[in-house]
Formats: sequence, C-alpha cells, structure tokens
Amino acid sequence: MAHVALADRGQALSHPHSFITKYVWSQDHKVIAIQYGITAIAVGVVALVLSGIMRLQLGFPDTFSFIQPSEYYQFVTMHGMIMVIYLLTALFLGGFGNYLIPLMVGARDMVFPYLNMLSYWVYLLSVIILMSSFFVTGGPTGAGWTLYPPQAIMFGTPGAEWGIILMLLSLFVFIIAFTMGGLNYVTTVLQARTRGMTLMRMPLSVWGIFTATVLGLLAFPALLVSAIMMTLDRVLGTSFFMPAMVSMGEQTNYDGGSPVLFQHLFWFFGHPEVYIVALPAFGIVSDLLSTHARKNIFGYRMMVWAIVGIGGLSFIVWAHHMYVSGMNPYFGFFFATTTLIIAVPTAIKVYNWVLTLWRGNIHLNTPMLFAIGFIFTFIHGGLTGIFLGNVVVDLPLSDTYFVVAHFHMVMGVSPILVVFGAIYHWYPKITGKMFDATLGKAHFWLTFLGTYSIYLPMHYLGFLGVPRRYFAYEGIDFIPQSALDLNTAITISALFVAVVQIIFFYNMIWSLFKGKQAGSNPWGATTLEWQTPDTPPIHGNWGPELPVVHRWAYDYSVPGAEEDFIPQNVPESEVDKAAS
Amino acid sequence: MITIVLFIFAMVGFAYWWLWRQRVLEKPWAEVGPKADTREEIGRISSAAKTGLMFFLAVVTSVFALFISAYFLRMELPDWSPVMKPEVLWINTGLLVLGSGAIHWCSKAAASNNLRAVQVSLFATGLFTFTFIYGQLMAWGQLNDEGYYLNSNPANAFFYLFTGLHALHLLGGLWVWSRTTLRVLAGVELEEVRLSVELCRTYWHYLLGVWIVLFGMLLST
Repeated sequence: MAHVALADRGQALSHPHSFITKYVWSQDHKVIAIQYGITAIAVGVVALVLSGIMRLQLGFPDTFSFIQPSEYYQFVTMHGMIMVIYLLTALFLGGFGNYLIPLMVGARDMVFPYLNMLSYWVYLLSVIILMSSFFVTGGPTGAGWTLYPPQAIMFGTPGAEWGIILMLLSLFVFIIAFTMGGLNYVTTVLQARTRGMTLMRMPLSVWGIFTATVLGLLAFPALLVSAIMMTLDRVLGTSFFMPAMVSMGEQTNYDGGSPVLFQHLFWFFGHPEVYIVALPAFGIVSDLLSTHARKNIFGYRMMVWAIVGIGGLSFIVWAHHMYVSGMNPYFGFFFATTTLIIAVPTAIKVYNWVLTLWRGNIHLNTPMLFAIGFIFTFIHGGLTGIFLGNVVVDLPLSDTYFVVAHFHMVMGVSPILVVFGAIYHWYPKITGKMFDATLGKAHFWLTFLGTYSIYLPMHYLGFLGVPRRYFAYEGIDFIPQSALDLNTAITISALFVAVVQIIFFYNMIWSLFKGKQAGSNPWGATTLEWQTPDTPPIHGNWGPELPVVHRWAYDYSVPGAEEDFIPQNVPESEVDKAAS
Repeated sequence: MITIVLFIFAMVGFAYWWLWRQRVLEKPWAEVGPKADTREEIGRISSAAKTGLMFFLAVVTSVFALFISAYFLRMELPDWSPVMKPEVLWINTGLLVLGSGAIHWCSKAAASNNLRAVQVSLFATGLFTFTFIYGQLMAWGQLNDEGYYLNSNPANAFFYLFTGLHALHLLGGLWVWSRTTLRVLAGVELEEVRLSVELCRTYWHYLLGVWIVLFGMLLST
C-alpha cells in the first residue's frame, strides 16, 4: 500500500454517508474549506461589530456609557488580531486554499486529508480560546494587536489578568493549525498535480496561495517564538522582553530584558503576514480579471516571478514597522530601500492587471466589479505605503490616522474586496446555484463607495496630526472642530458599510435555496475546477479518470477557436474540430 | 537577527534555484499537449510524505533559528551571566548519536527485509532516545540544585527553553516511533512500515544535528 499513487486512489477513497462523517468530521477538502470559510467569516463579523463600537465612541464621544477606555482598547486589539489572523489568513489559505488547490491542479484531495481535517478543528479551537477571553476576569487583552511588551503583560493594561495569556495561547494553537494545513497545501501543489499540469500552467490563484503558504510556514514561527517567550515572561517570570521597571510604585521582578527584541521577532512575522494575505488576493484577482475580460492574463510569467519575488523580499523589510522605535540610521536607510524595491514587482502586477483589461471583452459581472474595485483600492493603499516606507515621512505620520487609512486600504479593504469577488465567482461551483446578480452589484457599489468614504477622509485626519489609538480627543488644541465632525461622518459611513453586508449574507443564503441552477461552467472559465463532472464536485472530484492538462490556464479568445475559451483539459485536436 | 536572516536567505535561494530548474522561463502559452510535463511519477504517497517532512523540518529550523537569533541578541545586554553546563550533557549527546545510529540501522534492515534486525534496532532507538530525554531531565535537576533557576537569568531561561523544545520535538518523533513499533510487533509486512522508518530516520538525524548545533552554541557562550 505504501507506494500506491495518489492519483489512482479514486476508488480507494471511502465515501462517507452519515451526516457526521460527511459534514462534520469530513476529510474532504471542499467540506473543510467551507468549514474554514464559515468559521472565519463568523469570527470576522464579531470583529466588524467591534469596529462599529469603536467608531461609535470616536464619532459620538461621551454618548455611550458602555464604552470605557479599557473596553475601547480591548475592542481595538481584538478587532485587529481577528481581522488579520483569524479572518484573512484563515479564509485565504484555509478557505480558498483548501477549496481551490486540489481542484485547480487536478488532484482528488489534499495529500494528507486526515491532517487537513485536524487543521480545521485545531483552528476552531484557537478561535474558541480567543473568544473565551471575552468572558474571563478582566476581559480580553487591550495591548493593541502588536502585543508590545512590557505594557502587554503589565497590570494596568486591560486584560493583563487572563486576556493576554489566552491571546498568546490562541495564537500558539492557531500556528499549529496553520502548519498542519500549510504542509498540506505546499505538498499537494508539489506532488499531486495531474498529468500535464506543469508549474507554469498553474492558475495564478494557486501560485499566490502556494507562495503565501511557504511564507507562512517560514514566518509564523517568529510569532510562535515570541508568543512562547512572552508567555514565559508573563507566567514564569523570565525576563526575555521585560526590562527592569517600577509598576504601581513597586519594583517588579523583571530585569534587563529587551522590548525591542520582541518587536524584531513580531515584525519578522508581521511583515510577511501582509503578503500572506496579499499574495492569494493577487493570484485570485488575476484569475477573476482574465476570466471576466475574456482575455489571457497579461504577462503570465512576469506575474509568477513577481509573486515569487515579492515573497522573497517580504522577509527583509520588517524593520520599517519600527522606525519610531529608534534604530541605527543606516538600518533605516537599508529597510527603506528594500521597502521601496518591493514596489517594483507590485507595480508590475498592477500594470499587468490593467493591461489585461485593455481591449478585453469586459463583462461587468459581480466578481469582475469587485476585482476592478480592488485595483483602485490597492493602488491607493500601495501609494500611501511608499510614503510610509520612507523614514523621514514615516516619523511624523506613524502615530496618526494616516497609517490607519493606509493599512486599511491595502490590507483591509483590498483583500476583502477580493474575498467577496472570489466568493461570488466560485459560489456557482461551490453550491451549484447562481446568486442574485442585482443584489451582488448593489452590494459591490455600496461597499466600495462606502469604504472609500470611511478611509479617504482618514488620510486628511492623519495629515492634521490626529493621533491614532486615542480614546477621546477633547481638549487637544491642534485638532480643529472640523476634524471631530469628520470623525462623525466616518462613523456614519462605517456603520452604513457594516449594515450593508446584510445584503451579502441574504443573497448567499437566499440563493442557496432559491437560486437558479448555475450549470457546471457559468462564466466560461478555462481552469480545471470548472470542468468537474459534477457540480458541486463530489468527494474525489473527478470521477474515474483524472483530467489531463493540455494547455495553460488562460486560453481566452484564441483566434480560430469557435468558443472564446478553451479549457485546460481540451486537447488541440478537439479545438480544431470546433473551429472547422 | 543575523541567524534567521541567513536561514531565510538560504531557503529563498534554494527555492529560487529549484524554481529555475522548473522551466519558469519558458512560455506556457506556446506549448500545447501533456508532453510538456516531464515528471515521471505523479502523486506517490511516499514522495508526498517525504516532501511534507522536508517542509516540516524547514518550519522547525525556522523556529530554532529564531530562538538562536533571540539568544544572541539577548546575550549582548548587561545582565547576562553564563549558565553552568552539566557534565551529563556529554553522555546525553553520545546517547542521541547512538539513537540516531540505531534508527539508521533500522532503515537498512527494513530495506533488506530483516525482521529480527528491525525489531532490535527499533527497540534500541527507543531505549537510547528515552534515556537521552531522561538525561536532559537530570541536567535540569542539576542546574536547579545549583541555583540556576529559570527566571534568575536569561541565560538559564534560554538553556531550559532550548533543551525543553528539543526534547519535545524528540517526543513527537517517539510518538511516530511507538506507532511504528506497535505495527511491527503486530506482525505487519515490513514493506508497510518501511516509509515510517525512513521518515523517522530523517527526523532523528535532523534532531541530532539540531542538538549538536545547540550544544556547541551553549558550550561556546
């Protein structure tokens, strides 16, 4: 048994029939993907509500007595951590990675299905641990999502009793879950591609998810290491990060530790994390644009090299998050340079997306709207990133709303637009039903314009010098009344955008029951997941024979072919028949 | 952070070199037909398991490289005072070398279908490895007796951290070892445990390498 090819194990895969083994303890990558997706979105809704509460305080200070400063900081912290790790990372890799990798490379499942199932359940455990911190003494930690010591574990910071311990434990568990999933994703891409699927024939979605997973496998250990050392500092009284200090009038037992050491470790994870989220979004958006513009992706090889190049560069820019912590000026110069160099492959990608649209046969379907919206928000967030990558510009702006605006444009709005686009794009394959296009388009326009009206004004607040992280702004002379009014407007937009998401959830659930049958390939896409014999694909994906790949993933509008797309598994001989 | 940056450079360099050999320079749109794919075998479970293990070892190396980076950064601060190195560590090192040798022998025996040798070598692997872990605990005890507590100096904390983490990884390996041993005792065909034994061999050699690096680093600082 040890040497049976995975590709031939179609009959050997057991097809479970009871509800529990089919939908709960399932080893089918598609079910696991949906479990990941629903859990991530559910916890993301919690984070969305938290941001709404924060905005209530900022827009209408002194109005809501249930928001006190310590709760405010707890909500800020949990909002950030949930969105970055438990929503975006889990959704892109655990959700889309799980669903798309085996289908797109023509495999029957992930190579280690049991480990894959375990990955989801351990992830769920990490979410439960994190959520439980809302119910313990002192509540969740309020140290900010970066968890900088010494303040993160000193009494006086909200959640110093149990919140911080549960946060560190939850991260630890999450990283174990991610590693189990991540080993699956990379090994499946490397070992289980079907006949004919060379690396350079893989859709860019797979390239993005694959590279992001490799980044995650190498970068998450930095978070693990810092979490372990911080836990020891907090629980057993070591002094890895904790300097000698006086707290509440008493000398603590800590001595000589280095808070900056934590920052190095944290950002050694933290910066690649940006690309762990961004690279899958880059890949997916490339596929959406190409499919809905009926045109091959412009510069496929350059797109692959850019993904791989960004992946490598992302490890040597981390200290640009630490300019305000103070460092040798030559280091600042080095990290500013590497940061700006990343703009080159990133800009290549943006040009290629735009050039893909140029003279394409653009269909403004709902997924396409989200993909084009992403180009706008990403250019916007990327350009402000060039501002902040320079030390002299970063220093005055670092602690203002300019940074909040920047990272929400580039890491909040942009990936979320791709998430929505991708959900709409693959919804017909996942459920077999078509969503309501009118509601989808309404959802796009309200979300896109709504988020712009949140984050565009924040740039101006930043230029005015309005500090971020503050609970209230009364009595600060340099902040004019107009800035406070702007805050009120931003809050109204934010609440509006949050409420608008109901359209999305309504559409998804309504269409599941009442939507029209979508057919196997409603968008006329070339990639393998649209060529499955069943829609939605059944366990094992491919029926008795695995597909054989004859061409790259972007044969759209090929001259001489009858249809405007040629699926990857169609041999040349059959194309000629269609053309004649 | 030099250690981890060097490690990442090595990984990225290897990845780029590997990709270079995957014909990333050719034009995929100009090639039609399945012949473009030159892989001889696709989706073998043995090669999948080995690839998975390699990536796992890369993850573990990243963890240790980060701890080593933190070790060297923390050492530069003035409150550092070196920890005592118990003599028993030398004996432990010898035990781990023996354990690694035993599992190596075991994989040879499994390849040549020698059941008796597989049983003996598996038993020896477990014995040496468990004794190693016991020896590490003895080292902890000695340090504790001499007053080198976990929280009294960062050098001590790192010592406990490195040895503890390394032992935990060995325990993970011993879990796979125990499953393999039980299957051998249950009388399954040697062919069915060959892959497990090979994976164990790689893992044991790797952890021996990690221990030698850690031990050398602790001795020299």
